Amino acid sequence: MTMIVERPDEVASQPLPPVPEAQAASEPEGSVRTKQLVIINWSGELDKVWPVMILSSTAAASGVQCKVFVTFWGLLPFVKDQKRIIGDNWMQKMLTLMQRPGIDHLKLSKMNFLGMGPWMMGSLRKQYNVASPRELLEAATALGVEFIPCQMTMDMFGLKREDLIDEMGEPAGAATAIELMTEADASLFI
Amino acid sequence: MTLQISTSVDARGLSCPMPIVKTAQAIKPLTSGDLLEVLATDPGSVKDFAAWSRTTGNELVEQTTDGGVFRFVLRRK
Repeated sequence: MTMIVERPDEVASQPLPPVPEAQAASEPEGSVRTKQLVIINWSGELDKVWPVMILSSTAAASGVQCKVFVTFWGLLPFVKDQKRIIGDNWMQKMLTLMQRPGIDHLKLSKMNFLGMGPWMMGSLRKQYNVASPRELLEAATALGVEFIPCQMTMDMFGLKREDLIDEMGEPAGAATAIELMTEADASLFI
Repeated sequence: MTLQISTSVDARGLSCPMPIVKTAQAIKPLTSGDLLEVLATDPGSVKDFAAWSRTTGNELVEQTTDGGVFRFVLRRK
């Protein structure tokens, strides 16, 4: 009982911790930390990988530190061009047989029509001089965007580090993704 | 008064986001205070270069239009 009565007094008598405010005030103006964008690249479809490449390269071009965590279907576009059927067992091999890996072989999430959709999209892209996912991926890596492959997906799909493009970072897991997202100024799941 | 342009970027005909990506690559090797000129035809670049200037701190010194070609002059931060 006495404890309950005394505690509010104790709290009230204590001065407020001045640390955060003092720190904020002592920071010279304009010396804000680099902004961070984190994208979880999950889908692996043309109409979703494309915006991932556009946003990540533009973020890096705008001085925003950008990291892309690459997981599930999103990992297949990051397989090297010369790789075709990958995996240790028939199920993993079936996966890459049905969904051809590589940045040039993406399907549309809607109106794919056995490849007619992506073909028309590619044709429109050239007509309107829009950069392809491959060109944007090259720009993104050149500008310092870090692509982090998901270790668990790699194991499950039978993908080895050497199957993925050299520009990718070291494989990591969900806890790394959570840390990146909670520390970043903006995070997207695409 | 004519501005002393250090480098030019010809982004005419290119779509978003390539004018910005090319500008970022071209402005990097310049020294602080240098001026960079960009030519673009993408109508979205008007808003995009203003936003890019605010995000990066590279000042948008001049912005003109001539027959569908947008010209931006940026000062390296």
